[in-house]
Amino acid sequence: MTTAFESNELVLNMGPQHPSTHGVLRVILKLDGERVTGTECVIGYLHRGVEKIAENRTYAMFAPYVDRMDYVSAVSNGLGYCLAVEKLMGVTAPERAQVARVILTELNRIASHLLWLGTHALDIGAITPLFYTMREREEVLKIFENYCGARLTTHAFRIGGLQYQLYAGFEEEVRAFCAMFPGKIDEYDRLLTGNRIWRDRLEGVGLLTVDECKQLGVTGPMLRASGLAWDVRRAMPYSGYQNYEFEIPTGTRGDTLDRYLVRIEEMRQSVRIIEQAVARIPEGPIVARGMKVIKPPIGEAYLPIEAPKGELGYFIVSDGTIHPYRVRVRPPSFLNLQALDNMARGALVADVVAIIGSIDCVMGEVDR
Amino acid sequence: MKTVIEFLKKALLLDLLEGLWITFRHQHPKNIYTEQYPLTRPAVAERYRGAPRLNIHPVTNETLCIACDLCKIACPENLIVVGFVRDEKKRKQLTTFTYDLSRCMFCGLCEDACPVDALELTQDFELASYTRGGQIWDRQMLEEGPRPTEYRQ
Ligand code: SF4
Ligand code: SF4
Repeated sequence: MTTAFESNELVLNMGPQHPSTHGVLRVILKLDGERVTGTECVIGYLHRGVEKIAENRTYAMFAPYVDRMDYVSAVSNGLGYCLAVEKLMGVTAPERAQVARVILTELNRIASHLLWLGTHALDIGAITPLFYTMREREEVLKIFENYCGARLTTHAFRIGGLQYQLYAGFEEEVRAFCAMFPGKIDEYDRLLTGNRIWRDRLEGVGLLTVDECKQLGVTGPMLRASGLAWDVRRAMPYSGYQNYEFEIPTGTRGDTLDRYLVRIEEMRQSVRIIEQAVARIPEGPIVARGMKVIKPPIGEAYLPIEAPKGELGYFIVSDGTIHPYRVRVRPPSFLNLQALDNMARGALVADVVAIIGSIDCVMGEVDR
Repeated sequence: MKTVIEFLKKALLLDLLEGLWITFRHQHPKNIYTEQYPLTRPAVAERYRGAPRLNIHPVTNETLCIACDLCKIACPENLIVVGFVRDEKKRKQLTTFTYDLSRCMFCGLCEDACPVDALELTQDFELASYTRGGQIWDRQMLEEGPRPTEYRQ
C-alpha cells in the first residue's frame, strides 16, 4: 500500500504554449519529485498537410511551400526540394548556380544557428545573447532580402538553378559579412562558454550516445555532438560540396554543452565554406536548359541534404505528369525530437527546457 | 599551481566579469541598432516582394496587362481573377483584375510568369486593413497603390 507521501507519479503538462518549447510542442512529463521519469510528445498543432498540398500543385508551384516547413532555414528546404526534382529529371544546375546555392545555404545555416543560439540562451536564462545573435542574423537576412526580396520564406531557388540573378554587390556584401562574423562568434564564445552558470546548466545534461542516435535516426549537430563525424555534405556531396575544405566538428560527451559547442564551431566552418565559394563564383547561366516545363519521367528519387538541423531528405514519386504523385519529407526536427525521451529521463524539470532547446526543433517542420 | 590559478579565477568571478564587460561595451551609441518604425521607415531592398501593383503605361495611362491569364495559372494559391472582354478585333481587353492579398504568400511566381511586366510586387509592406474585404484588391487599387496612413507623434 502506498501512502500519500509515497504515491509518486505526477503528470505535468508542458506546452503547447510554453515559450521554451519553440512553437507548439506539448510535452507530457511524468515526474517523481523533481525527476523526470518519462516524457511523451504531443505534436500536430501546426499540421498543414504540406505533403498533401504537393499532390495538387505542379513541381514549380510547390517550391514556395517547402519554405514554410522549417521557416528558420527556408533556403535549405528549397535546396533539398530542387535537388530532389533535379535528380528525378536527371539535370544538374549550372556551375554558377551551384556555387551561389552553397553560399546561400551556408548563410542560412548561420542564420538558423544564430536564432537557435539566441533562443537557447534565452531559455537557460541568458537574455543578452539573443539581441546580439539577432543583430548578426539581420545581416544575413539583408543579403537574402537583396537577393530574392524576402527575408524568411525566401523561395530562393527554382528547379534547375536560381530564381534570381545575383545582384550587383552580392560578393562584397558576403565578403563583408565573412570578415565581420568570426569576431562575433568569439564574442558569443566569451560570453557563454566560460560562464559558470552556462556550464553548470548544460554540462552532463541530456546525454545521448551514438548508438541511441543511430537507433532513433538522429542526425545533424546532435549526432555529431555524440561523437560520430557524419555529415551529408561530406558523405554524399551535393551541389559541389566535395570541392570545399571544411572540418566536421564533433563532441565527446554527447551532452547539451557539446551540442552547443558543435553548433558554434559549425558556424565557423560555414564562414570558411562561404569564403572559399565567394572566391570562385563563375560566370554563366543560372538555370539549366529545358526547365520551362517541369515534367519528370515516371520514377522516384530520394535525396538527402545537410540542413542546419540534420539530414533533410525529399522522396518524390513521379507518375510522368506535371504534378508530383507523392512527396515525402524526411524532416530532421521530427526525428531528432524523438530522442527527447532518452535524454530527459532522469533529468530535472528545469533541465528539460535546456534539452528541448538543444534539439533545435522547429515545429513547422515536425508537423508539416 | 594550475589549480590555484583556476581557483583564483573562480573566486574573483573573472568569467562573469568578462561577460559583463562585453555587455557593457554595447552601450556605446554607435552600437545601437533599433529602428524607429514607423517614424522612420526602413528602406527595403529593390527586389522586395510586397504589395502587388498593376503597371500602367506612363505616357498613355493605359494598362500594360494583356489579360493573358498567365499569372493566374502560375499562382499556387489560385487567387488572381482576370476579367476581360473581346473587342471588335477579337483582342482581349482587360476589364477587372482581382487579387486576394489575404491568401497571397508573396512567392513571386505570378510576377515571374507575366510576359509584359504588368504585374509586379513592390516595396510596399504595410498591408493591414480593418476588414477582410479590404484585403481583396481590385483593379483600381492595384493600379494606384494603397494609400499609406500618416503617423504623427
Ligand atoms: S505572389 Fe505567389 S501566391 Fe501571391 S498571387 Fe503571386 S503567385 Fe500567387
Ligand atoms: S500575366 Fe501579366 S499580362 Fe497576363 S494577365 Fe497577368 S498581369 Fe496581365
